[in-house]
Amino acid sequence: MSESKEHVIPFRTYALIFAALLALTFITYRVALVDLGKWNIVVAIVIACTKAVLVVLFFMHAAYAPRRTRLVILAGIFWMLLLLGLTLTDYTTRPPATYGTTPGSAFNGS
Amino acid sequence: MERTGALFGQFRDLEQQRETASLGMWVFLLTELMFFGGMFLVYTIYRMKYPLAFAEGSRELDVVKGGWNTAILIGSSFTMALAVRAAQMKKRRLLCIFLASTMILGGAFLGVKYLEYMQKFEHHLVPGPNFHMNVADAAQVQIFFSLYFAMTGMHALHMIIGEVMLLLLLIYSWKGKYTGGYFAPIENGGLYWHFVDIVWIFLFPLLYLVDLHR
Amino acid sequence: MSTTTASPAAAPSPPQPPREHYLNAGYGIRSWLFTTDHKRIALLWLISITFFFALGGFFALLIRLQLLTPQGWLFGPDTYNRLFTMHGIVMIFFFLIPAIPGVLGNFLIPLMIGAKDLAFPKLNLLSWYVFNIGALFTFYSIVTGGIDTGWTFYTPLSSIYSNSQVSVAVVGIFITGFSSILTGLNFIVTIHTMRAPGMTWWRLPIFVWAHYATSIIMVLGTPVVAITLALVAGDRLFHFGFFDPRLGGDPLLFQHLFWFYSHPAVYIMILPAMGVTTEIVATFARKNLFGYKFVAVASLAIAVIGFLVWAHHMFVAGISIYAAMAFSFLSYAVAIPSAVKVFNWTATLYRGSVSWQTPMLYALGFIGLFVMGGMTGLFLASLGADVHVHDTYFVVAHFHYIMVGGAVMGYLGGLHYWWPKISGRMYPEGLSRAAAIILFVGFNLTFFPQFVLGYLGMPRRYAMYPPEFQVLNVLSTAGASILGLGYILPIIYFVWSMRYGKVASSNPWPATGLEWQTTSPPPTENFETTPVVTWEPYDFEHRPDLGLPKPERAQPEQLEAPGLETGD
Repeated sequence: MSESKEHVIPFRTYALIFAALLALTFITYRVALVDLGKWNIVVAIVIACTKAVLVVLFFMHAAYAPRRTRLVILAGIFWMLLLLGLTLTDYTTRPPATYGTTPGSAFNGS
Repeated sequence: MERTGALFGQFRDLEQQRETASLGMWVFLLTELMFFGGMFLVYTIYRMKYPLAFAEGSRELDVVKGGWNTAILIGSSFTMALAVRAAQMKKRRLLCIFLASTMILGGAFLGVKYLEYMQKFEHHLVPGPNFHMNVADAAQVQIFFSLYFAMTGMHALHMIIGEVMLLLLLIYSWKGKYTGGYFAPIENGGLYWHFVDIVWIFLFPLLYLVDLHR
Repeated sequence: MSTTTASPAAAPSPPQPPREHYLNAGYGIRSWLFTTDHKRIALLWLISITFFFALGGFFALLIRLQLLTPQGWLFGPDTYNRLFTMHGIVMIFFFLIPAIPGVLGNFLIPLMIGAKDLAFPKLNLLSWYVFNIGALFTFYSIVTGGIDTGWTFYTPLSSIYSNSQVSVAVVGIFITGFSSILTGLNFIVTIHTMRAPGMTWWRLPIFVWAHYATSIIMVLGTPVVAITLALVAGDRLFHFGFFDPRLGGDPLLFQHLFWFYSHPAVYIMILPAMGVTTEIVATFARKNLFGYKFVAVASLAIAVIGFLVWAHHMFVAGISIYAAMAFSFLSYAVAIPSAVKVFNWTATLYRGSVSWQTPMLYALGFIGLFVMGGMTGLFLASLGADVHVHDTYFVVAHFHYIMVGGAVMGYLGGLHYWWPKISGRMYPEGLSRAAAIILFVGFNLTFFPQFVLGYLGMPRRYAMYPPEFQVLNVLSTAGASILGLGYILPIIYFVWSMRYGKVASSNPWPATGLEWQTTSPPPTENFETTPVVTWEPYDFEHRPDLGLPKPERAQPEQLEAPGLETGD
């Protein structure tokens, strides 16, 4: 399975993706100025992920790449989630601290 | 192992070589993802622990510079993608123009970064004995700035390596090496550059836009 | 494709070494130091890791000497801290992790898949140089006083309070980590894109599957420990404060990051040895591997599940009890694919035509000792038991059973098994069997008493101990001296064999597998023509092209209990 050498992505497509990335950057800035509480970080991450997906699929040609490339990308996402998620299982389930927590901390304890 | 033209001796044909080189770069980027990933974990834990300190630290960063830098880097990704396209179409001059543009935009990014770092130094925001902030949780704000310097510093190091790589690609492109049908190094150089762009796409909101509304 | 032409009936003429092969393809130090031939690079690795094994062994010798008496008669606690730290760092980062992949993986993977070389031969050489540069930094830290933090570099001792050469050592390990990353990357890409025509995934030898799984771990885990050690250096040199409690940093975060790599790292050390064992068992039972697909998938399962268990090193460190329960459960789960492999080796041996050559002795030793080490790992995975034996000699014995009884035996078994292919010579069989047995006896005498010591409560990393533990410690040290003898013998007779050993044929055992289809030693390009693969792996029954006599099996009527089902 090989990437087709003949598949040339049109200039227009690249330009559209570029415009979309700039637009999303502007949106992420504007939304950050609005107080959404804990949803601010969620929106910021979602927008960043969307931008990353556009870069990976089109600028990096992943949409046209062989299966093994997609395996590598999925492995990366999976292992990052593993690193973050499993570590957080510790921090988010610790017992309440015995001598004061930091104000606003997302963790119950320590 | 001998080499005939662009074909290295361990390969059967250029198609196998190209696929191998591409997979090699993707696997390398996988390692880079886990490398930066460790720092993203540290960021996640400490932001969840010290949200106010992170907001205070983030407020000291220049959103305008950060925002422009984001746009510049995305622009350089655009020109890099166009460079690959030019190589596909065997257009040597166009390839060189786009590679050079990518380098210039990357250089501009690094220039702005340099100005930002100078500002931090002047405002006593570099972690260490000279760090000083007039807030109760200054120690935790120092952790924010440690992350800021570690993450953007590592990112900048990767950009510098990328600039050197682009220079080499530009020189060989000018000599016509990549417009004869085989241009895997341009493709794979592009993959590296886009990855560095993606890291910044995450760094910008996480470092510059924390509680911006306050 | 070169085939052996001797028919089974005729008396074979003594094998002749090939005229040109990779060892005489070029002479002089430059042809070795600038080679891109994976086989030569494998020998460069052999030299490096033998040196570091000896260095790590030297520290072990000092440790065992110190522990002969309860009051610690040779070294004070500060020096002792440095001894066990250096022993751990050298053995783990500079021997166990690179040994089988660097020597056997490099040599064999292209041969086993029918390729001329790895995907990136120059990166392969770079990997060896990067290893040695990192080793130089670490060596420098040793000779300028060493480090006293334990190989685990726990913060804040390592990041703030230790006065030893931590920064230099972590830089060295950081650099060496890239060697691991480069090798893993090379293997993954090679196995994906460089296979010969007909060599499908399900025809690959298990040795290749094992190294593929190992490479996945190398590529995903090593970068995390690299950045973690960089952050420790950052804490020390630039006052970052990530792990500094005075600034709000969490020392446990270091442990999470560290063990995220260092637990999967132990699977980097054992998976290749399992691959070696599989090859040896099939060959010396002269039987198709039982459950090939299960063994292949189990290798991948170990690699994946191995990433889910790291906090079992932190049960008593202060993590949440709920996280501890989750990690405990997952730690039991990771034993399952290992058990699958043990079942399959056993089933392969059953009703096989077993012969007792040296590689087989090592493989059988591996299976037994790995099972003991693995089972004791399950005791440690149990939260209740771990509270009592954590940081005792029970843990030390557990991991030495796996690392020495397992990985080192696997490495030695593999060296013996493929020595004819690598050197074109046979080693002396009688002496090698004796060495294997000496090793086995010495190993058990060294480490079994340590299970008892740990159970009785002797803590690890202590320079002195209560007098009631002395007898067991003396037994352990005595065993260590026998073990040392067992290690010295192969070095001597391998070197001897390169000049005086019997010349080996291309397939002396004989075995299936592409590497045995070319000369011993192979030519630089591995095969005269690109092989085309049409057979399944380990298929001893159906390989007339190898000139193998059909293996003898006990016929049903020869078995003692009539009524047993036939069929293997």
